[in-house]
Amino acid sequence: MGARGIFPDVVLRRGAVVVTGTVLYSLIVSVILIVFALLVRRGLKRGGSGWPVAAEFLIEHLEGIMQEMSDSDPRSYTPLVGTMALFIGISNLLGLAPGMRSPTADFSTTAALAVLVFLAVPFYGIRTRGVRGYLSHYAEPSPFLLPLEIVTEFSRTLALAVRLFGNVMSEELIIAVLLMIAGLLIPVPLMLLAVLTGVVQAYIFAVLTVVYVSAAVRAHSS
Amino acid sequence: MDTYTIFVVVIMVVAGLTVAIGTIGPARAQGQSIVSALDAIARQPDSADRISRTLFVGLAMIESLAIYCLVIALILLFANPFGKFFGH
Repeated sequence: MGARGIFPDVVLRRGAVVVTGTVLYSLIVSVILIVFALLVRRGLKRGGSGWPVAAEFLIEHLEGIMQEMSDSDPRSYTPLVGTMALFIGISNLLGLAPGMRSPTADFSTTAALAVLVFLAVPFYGIRTRGVRGYLSHYAEPSPFLLPLEIVTEFSRTLALAVRLFGNVMSEELIIAVLLMIAGLLIPVPLMLLAVLTGVVQAYIFAVLTVVYVSAAVRAHSS
Repeated sequence: MDTYTIFVVVIMVVAGLTVAIGTIGPARAQGQSIVSALDAIARQPDSADRISRTLFVGLAMIESLAIYCLVIALILLFANPFGKFFGH
């Protein structure tokens, strides 16, 4: 097995262009999401039930969670959090399909998602509170805490990336190891557990995004 | 034993110890937090939803500590940056 566990496998190598499995599988996830969106749109045009109801249920549930977590109106960043949750959730579950690996089992994907959150925090913060208002919250309790606030900003981004990567990758690694030493069908209970952890990790990532963004947005209203 | 063999043995032992020792703290912490959450839910079943939601986030935060240890152990085993000093 060697290093297969933590490095993505290369599916195409032509000259200097190297395409890893991560790229392929994240494209598959994107296609799944786009097909879902198109089905919802077609359903909406017909005004029927089915896909639109499923989408409505998802979004309503998400907004309920966000409302409860942030204590402020989360409408403006629902698209960001919803996309994150859906993409990560489907990525995590994709690893359970035969022959597939989760895109989130590669540190590059999770790092990119975490950087997105890292950039979204000042974006939404400045949009609602202005540059001065946003920057002043770094020196909020006392200016002496400024270095700590800056370190927090970076360390929580790293933590977001490593948490998702570690959870998904370790789950896949355990299944692979068990398959190797025990044989077919033995890892099935662990794969059931992986369904749970995959969904929970997507939930956690989304909730932490809400917490971080709303913390940058909220101080304004208090 | 040449130095590379010693290097590999030390890495394997340290990787095992990293996970073994590193999970003690998170295990205790997770147990503690679940106990407190169950206590709170037993006292106020109405707010079970909110409590378990916070519990999940807290558990994920605690679990990431153990995951850090795992990642460090895997880096030591599979992506060790010091292997090149031994010509490997």
